[in-house]
Amino acid sequence: MSGFQWDWAFTWDVLPMILSAAKVTLLATLLGSIFAIAMGLVFALLRRSKSRTLRTSIYWVVEFIRSTPLLVQIFFLYYVMPEFGVGMSPLATGVFALGLHYGAYLSEVFRSGIDSIEKGQWEAARALNLSLVDTYRDIVLPQAIRPMIPATGNYIIAMFKETPQLSAITLLEMLQIAKIIGSENFRYLEPFTLVGIMYLLFSVIAAYGIYQIEKRFPKEGFSLK
Amino acid sequence: MEFGEIVSVLLQGAIVTIQIVAMALPLAVVMAFGFGLIRLYAPSPFKQIAIIYIEFFRGTSALIQLYWIYFVLPFFGITIDAMTAAVVALGLNIGSYGTEVVRGAIQSVPKGQYEASIALNFTASQRLWRIIMPQALVNMIPPFGNLAIELVKATSLVSLITIGDLTFKAKSLADTTLQVGEIFGVVLVFYFVIAQCLVFFIRRLEKHLSKGLGRGGIAS
Repeated sequence: MSGFQWDWAFTWDVLPMILSAAKVTLLATLLGSIFAIAMGLVFALLRRSKSRTLRTSIYWVVEFIRSTPLLVQIFFLYYVMPEFGVGMSPLATGVFALGLHYGAYLSEVFRSGIDSIEKGQWEAARALNLSLVDTYRDIVLPQAIRPMIPATGNYIIAMFKETPQLSAITLLEMLQIAKIIGSENFRYLEPFTLVGIMYLLFSVIAAYGIYQIEKRFPKEGFSLK
Repeated sequence: MEFGEIVSVLLQGAIVTIQIVAMALPLAVVMAFGFGLIRLYAPSPFKQIAIIYIEFFRGTSALIQLYWIYFVLPFFGITIDAMTAAVVALGLNIGSYGTEVVRGAIQSVPKGQYEASIALNFTASQRLWRIIMPQALVNMIPPFGNLAIELVKATSLVSLITIGDLTFKAKSLADTTLQVGEIFGVVLVFYFVIAQCLVFFIRRLEKHLSKGLGRGGIAS
């Protein structure tokens, strides 16, 4: 039973490799969340469009993305897109898949955030003859953003925890590195446990960060100008 | 390969996927109720254990938990087959999210219900099972439904520990036939159909459980 005891020397050997792979994980999460927020806003605004056909089709697109596994979506994008002449690197595919998947979730957060603005605010904006863009920019979004922060943050943390799935398309993130180390040395205990601890650590820090952002955000809203 | 053959191979995978869901879901529900109630009512050391379980399984990714159970536990002399590892990992993972659903639903029952049951001299267990739980259960159904769909989606991860589920069959078919477009398209539709069936049953269940509670306006 070679792996029964924790080997500290081996732990210190593999830690630098796992830490350098953490950069790839964090990069994928960062780019993925930017893309997801953009996609979420697009979906949310299209769900409010005047055309009924557009609204229902976006509803089903979001529903479809949300109820199929991320792993299959990653495979789909990685293997099927090249058939249409769009070949992407594992990282780009991963960012695209994470962005699309969590964009669908975030669109619901944004939609309910926008819907939670009182009707009187919309009516006042109409009465003051503000254009649609001005209404969103100056009246609705400044008030809607703060209540959206906790849910958005939770989804970004959830996205972070899904990045190991990108190892399936050979992206060298933490779990993939741990698996390679494990199969080379035939010791899985230390690398997998280290990766688990890293994820726990990062998500606790991120959750604290989101709480701080929410706390610092002015309750009465802020100007986007 | 013909389209019909592809579908029939994928159907075999879908059956494995459904089997895993059928086994992991009861485990998740048991864990959710067990640790949810411990978290709420048990004395301190048990409560700490529940919090450690919840935070550990919610704070790390499902795939790492799966790998840990499948690759690391054998070194401790606990050898389990891939299927058991999959059911245990997914059940514990989804169950840890479920504890918060149970806790939230129980805490959302109005305080007057507790006070009234104390005033009527109910015992603690009567209060929980006869007054609080029937009302809390209805509140739990929609979030539990979402978790069930999360579970269906999470089963795709078991393909990475070589279980022949829907995703695994799709990946190996795609590697041999190169008809990636049809295969992954069909797989996405399969998962979507499984999830929508679950949604349908959950709605029925919710309707059934909320009978007689005077919710959602006038009953038709």
